[in-house]
Amino acid sequence: MLQQIIDRRLSGKNKSVGNRERFLRRHKEQIREAVRRAVDGRGIRDMERGEDVHIPKKDLNEPVFGHGDGGVREVVRPGNTEHMKGDRVAKPPGGGGGQGGGKAGDSGEGDDDFVFHLSREEFMQVFFEDLALPNLERTQLADTPEWKSHRAGHTSDGTPTNLHVVRSMRGALGRRIALGTGKRRELLELEERLALLKHHEDVDDFEVKRMLAETEARIAVLRARIKAIPFLDPIDLRFRNRVRTPVPSSRAVMFCLMDVSGSMDESRKDLAKRFFILLYLFLTRHYDKIEVVFIRHHTQAQEVDEQNFFHATETGGTVVSSALVMMEDIIKKRYPRSEWNIYGAQASDGDNWHHDSGRCRELLATQILPMCRYFAYVQVAEAEQNLWEEYRKLSDETRHFAMRKATEVSQIYPVFRELFRKEGTKA
Amino acid sequence: MTTVENRRHIGVAPVLDEYGGRRHGEPLRQMRPIKQRAASPLPSPSDWTFELVDQYHNVIRATAERYGLDTYPNQLEIITAEQMMDAYASVGMPVNYRHWSYGKEFIATERNYKRGQMGLAYEIVINSEPCIAYLMEENTMAMQALVIAHACYGHNSFFKGNYLFRMWTDASSIIDYLVYAKNFVAECEERHGVESVEKMLDSCHALMTYGVDRYRRPAKISLAEEKLRLADREAYAQQQINDIWRTLPRRADKLDEAAEARRFPEEPQENLLYFIEKNAPLLEPWQREIVRIVRKVAQYFYPQRQTQVMNEGWATFWHHRLLNQMYDDGYLSDGMMIEWLKSHTNVVAQQPMSNLNPYALGFAMYTDIKRICEKPTEEDRRWFPDLAGTDWLPAIDHAMRNFKDESFIGQYLSPHLMREFRLFSIVDDEKQKEYEISAIHDEAGYQHVREALSRQYDLSTREPNIQVWNVNLRGDRSLTLRHTQHLGRPLHESAQEVLKHVARLWGFGVQLESVDDKGEVSKRWSVPAPTQ
Repeated sequence: MLQQIIDRRLSGKNKSVGNRERFLRRHKEQIREAVRRAVDGRGIRDMERGEDVHIPKKDLNEPVFGHGDGGVREVVRPGNTEHMKGDRVAKPPGGGGGQGGGKAGDSGEGDDDFVFHLSREEFMQVFFEDLALPNLERTQLADTPEWKSHRAGHTSDGTPTNLHVVRSMRGALGRRIALGTGKRRELLELEERLALLKHHEDVDDFEVKRMLAETEARIAVLRARIKAIPFLDPIDLRFRNRVRTPVPSSRAVMFCLMDVSGSMDESRKDLAKRFFILLYLFLTRHYDKIEVVFIRHHTQAQEVDEQNFFHATETGGTVVSSALVMMEDIIKKRYPRSEWNIYGAQASDGDNWHHDSGRCRELLATQILPMCRYFAYVQVAEAEQNLWEEYRKLSDETRHFAMRKATEVSQIYPVFRELFRKEGTKA
Repeated sequence: MTTVENRRHIGVAPVLDEYGGRRHGEPLRQMRPIKQRAASPLPSPSDWTFELVDQYHNVIRATAERYGLDTYPNQLEIITAEQMMDAYASVGMPVNYRHWSYGKEFIATERNYKRGQMGLAYEIVINSEPCIAYLMEENTMAMQALVIAHACYGHNSFFKGNYLFRMWTDASSIIDYLVYAKNFVAECEERHGVESVEKMLDSCHALMTYGVDRYRRPAKISLAEEKLRLADREAYAQQQINDIWRTLPRRADKLDEAAEARRFPEEPQENLLYFIEKNAPLLEPWQREIVRIVRKVAQYFYPQRQTQVMNEGWATFWHHRLLNQMYDDGYLSDGMMIEWLKSHTNVVAQQPMSNLNPYALGFAMYTDIKRICEKPTEEDRRWFPDLAGTDWLPAIDHAMRNFKDESFIGQYLSPHLMREFRLFSIVDDEKQKEYEISAIHDEAGYQHVREALSRQYDLSTREPNIQVWNVNLRGDRSLTLRHTQHLGRPLHESAQEVLKHVARLWGFGVQLESVDDKGEVSKRWSVPAPTQ
């Protein structure tokens, strides 16, 4: 008997991934709801965690025909120490209970939700479902310096490392058959004739002898020719071909602009921050490499690190254009637009020195927007002041500029979805 | 519409050895003697290695051969806990088609396992040829030995020997069939969308337990035989012809009445999925094939559902016997012995007053048969005159081959065992306020307890009896199912939900009638035709 021990530990780990996918697909609604709730309630730091999803058990039920309670049932149990035949035992209150679970498990407390953990990947999948980067003319191919090499069929010429042995041998076999068939057929005929001649009744006849000699000579020639067909010829060789194609740039830089003047309190900053985080996470799903530039401003703009951006407090008036000027500078210095996909996100409470708002619009329209893939403005306060008015004009004219208001944490996600919704899908 | 063949031929009794041509030799009467005792025990570290597993397997195999266990070839596979959960999730099969319910199963298993609420089974064994047994990476060497003896020689020989498995499963082709099923379902998903395939599978799964044949179809008769029978029938018909009667004009109205009364199906059908596959008017060919796939899988698992006690008991009995024998032959060290015995004891533990543990009951029954053969008491001689004092190997071999749980218990549960388990039976009558103890483990009660327990394992009393009753051919094409109540037990309320699935498959309205003991319809459910 042949016996085998097979080590399967390394193979096929996630066999039931497909089943899990189908399970998630089936309960999409509940999962989407859970994600929405999680995003609203969560701190910013752990936005990227997975999430536990609860689904009521009744939604998961797979019904089958079965017996209900009632009728006459007889059950055999082990471990009788006290009963005699004919004993009567009171039924537990509440009907069927007792034997085999009965009602207790079907209703009330026993009915736990089915809970499972959504992995980080799945969470993000649901989180950003139906969202896309808006109006992308993806970085123009003309000025991209990035190349990707990939396979493109076979060529008859290349380096030995790229030799495709199977194809080469197949070619050789074909060539040998093609070149040799005619000769072999003739050879076969001649051999038959030779056999006939050899058994000819008057073998000694001169004519027969001459034909015999002729045939033999011809056979020898053919044999030599067949033998001379090379087993492998340089024209048989095939090499794997690789070509380089230009790919769109996969690098992106994201500018976070935030007002830190006195009117921006903690809760408003928190709103802004949530928006930035969402944008950041969203971009990570589209680009391999992302850099983030934090610019905060009151009357003057300053490039800071993340910690300072979100947590340091400043006071004073507000000149929004200072931040925009700085952003423009930084782009020009460090992020040539031919290599980088540039995104801007600005958060403010809409409060601005009133002479400055017009300038902001102008700066955006003439300098920044032509360089950006997308620029989003989020106002974290209700009042529509002159900055809002000026930007409003801009958003009417330009497609890749968007503005929204969000005054509560729960609004951030819907606003975000609205901004990045795929064409033709509902938010 | 195809015709329905009569699948319940009684006339042709299957020849015992016909199934798949798997003929088996006579069982051994006595264990073969050992060629040579072990010089020293096998090494017994707690961690296993491939060489060790191989060594142990060799000894276990040799020991099993001495007992004459007839098995399929074995294939041992080492897997991780996660893979074990994968296997769990797809009903223990190495491949299966994709369905959300398996995903659900996996999530539930994973959660319980991670929380430590549940240990994973030590092994999974697949009724295929070669017989595939999964060994978990985490197990110790002693556990691996236990699993090998249990799965590769216990379950394996049961799969090969038991008549139900011989009749209904084809071990050599199941894996190939599942691969085919998986690909077919995947292809359907691609062509018709994941959702429509999922709906189809959901509906079929709801009827899965009603997609099995309970009786074997007669073998197809040969063409020659068919011709012979035809000739016979014609000859008979010829004899019956009476020319005088033939000339009488027929009454037209009577003819119509007969056609009206003709039912479809002519006989009630118990294999609902088969009936739907062959007769549902609106199903597309691919949908029929999916019904067929689910039906085939259900049929494959049908013997397992009917032989739980026997199968687990047999495997437990043999791992116990084989490992003990190996200890006697000097192969196992004491530590090894203690370790597997501990697991064994856990496996056969029986909580009083709770459900019977199939491992415990089955193990006790085979052990008891051996005891009756070797050391029968006066009582045993009275109850088992054919068994007492004979060779035990052929006796348990016969018991393993020719029974299912229901008949096995009905045949072999001894008074001795009933006393040991302290079995008693309780009647729960809806109309009474109290439970009644109908019999206990005493002289007057043995027969009753045994019958009651045997009934408890009878699938046909465990599952409601539901059959295809009628199709309204001349009207709305609605399908009527009939539930025949047994002892007044009603259907569970989920019936309404299941009916929706039946309606989806049938394509027209579906009714279900529940008929009580008096033959009157006591309850009706109905679902209108699905709108598409």
